[in-house]
Amino acid sequence: MQGSVGYNLGFAAAVCLVCAVVVSSAAVALADRQQRNAALDRQRNVLLAAGLASDDERLDAEAVAARSAAVVPVAVTLADGEAAAGVDPAGFDQRAASIDPARSTPAPDNAAGVLRLPTEALVYEVRDEAGDLDLVVLPVEGLGLWGTLYGFLALEGDLRTVRGLTFYEHKETPGLGGEVDNPRWKARWPGRLAFDDDLNPAVAVVKGPAGSVDDAPHDVDGLSGATITSRGVTNLVRFWLGPDGFGPYLGRLRREGGAS
Amino acid sequence: MSKPRDALIDPLFNNNPIALQVLGICSALAVTTQMDTALVMSAAVVFVLLFSNLFVSLLRNRIPTNIRIIVQLTIIASLVIVVDQVLKAYVFEISKQLSVFVGLIITNCIIMGRAEAYAMQNPPRMSLIDGLGNGLGYAVILAGTAVIRELFGSGSLMGVQVLALAGEGGWYTPNGLMVLSPGAFFIIGFFIWAIRVWKPEQVEQD
Repeated sequence: MQGSVGYNLGFAAAVCLVCAVVVSSAAVALADRQQRNAALDRQRNVLLAAGLASDDERLDAEAVAARSAAVVPVAVTLADGEAAAGVDPAGFDQRAASIDPARSTPAPDNAAGVLRLPTEALVYEVRDEAGDLDLVVLPVEGLGLWGTLYGFLALEGDLRTVRGLTFYEHKETPGLGGEVDNPRWKARWPGRLAFDDDLNPAVAVVKGPAGSVDDAPHDVDGLSGATITSRGVTNLVRFWLGPDGFGPYLGRLRREGGAS
Repeated sequence: MSKPRDALIDPLFNNNPIALQVLGICSALAVTTQMDTALVMSAAVVFVLLFSNLFVSLLRNRIPTNIRIIVQLTIIASLVIVVDQVLKAYVFEISKQLSVFVGLIITNCIIMGRAEAYAMQNPPRMSLIDGLGNGLGYAVILAGTAVIRELFGSGSLMGVQVLALAGEGGWYTPNGLMVLSPGAFFIIGFFIWAIRVWKPEQVEQD
């Protein structure tokens, strides 16, 4: 009867059940399209980091594919930096690999908040006609304030100078940490030196304005009101450039003469 | 009970949810820098408002009074999640720009306000009309604000450049205030002023 505890509980349960069915069927029915959109967005961000596209352009699937022609995805073994022969780059999902116990290992303690390292990782290389490295795009991820930031870091052919940095997924506060998406802030990255003279990762997001590339070759302006996000970006970039991240891979490229 | 026509037309100017009731301001500031985000956001709010009013009204005699708010919230939240999923599937770019504000429709006072104040007492057909009217009232203000902000802030409308920007060799220097949230405060303030000059009965007594 209406008003009794049993009726209230039953009514609440029925409402929850109906709503749960509606919400989950929407999620399942639309999952395919959403994944395709997300994959396209990820590829667009590879182009953004590489400087092959800009933020104010709206690219459809064909334009993204056309511009990606020169960008070659390469699966590499993280530990030694060699090309991973058994992995098809086209269908490789690094984020899925990172949470698959068979294809990943627990990460050593690190400031970037990375918990597991994939055995293989997907990088993107752009080479000129002679086969010399023009630029390389590395996937990066790490903890910000509210969650993990996922993005791409592009290095010039000298493997030292930053070409660009972009994040395609994060949960930072809009207007504060969310300003990692601001094209004006992202424009602060190109030209900075990611490594110091001993090839240790040295790039950092500092408090306040960092000055020009000449004055502060390793520093990037901090984000106002987003200290923890800024620190997170520093940590994650340094981690992925370091020995536990893409250090071995970058070392191999340097030995191969990618670095001039 | 009011007539269907009044329920539809009244919220546009006589009893506008933003301009008179001053509800839903947060999203009105956040998503009106461009026309396309404002329109998509308005469509999302209209959809949620229509169906939350409809379902709450259908269940109004069955909802136990002591858990009515939470039942309304469950219905609204489910609708918002569905909208969010649809936006991610069909207009991914815009859904990225709207970011958290789609999810925040759940906490938009207009929607709960209409569910609690209208749909709980009125039959489904009238509630649908009321939802549509209030959704359009929200959309009118958002669209008006977005036209002004995009035109004077970026010199474009719906992403198409109408005023040649000084930075690109044209004559128009964009007004930076329009791109920032406070710009929307000023514009909505001017709208409220204009509506109250037109309809003096909306002015509060001191």
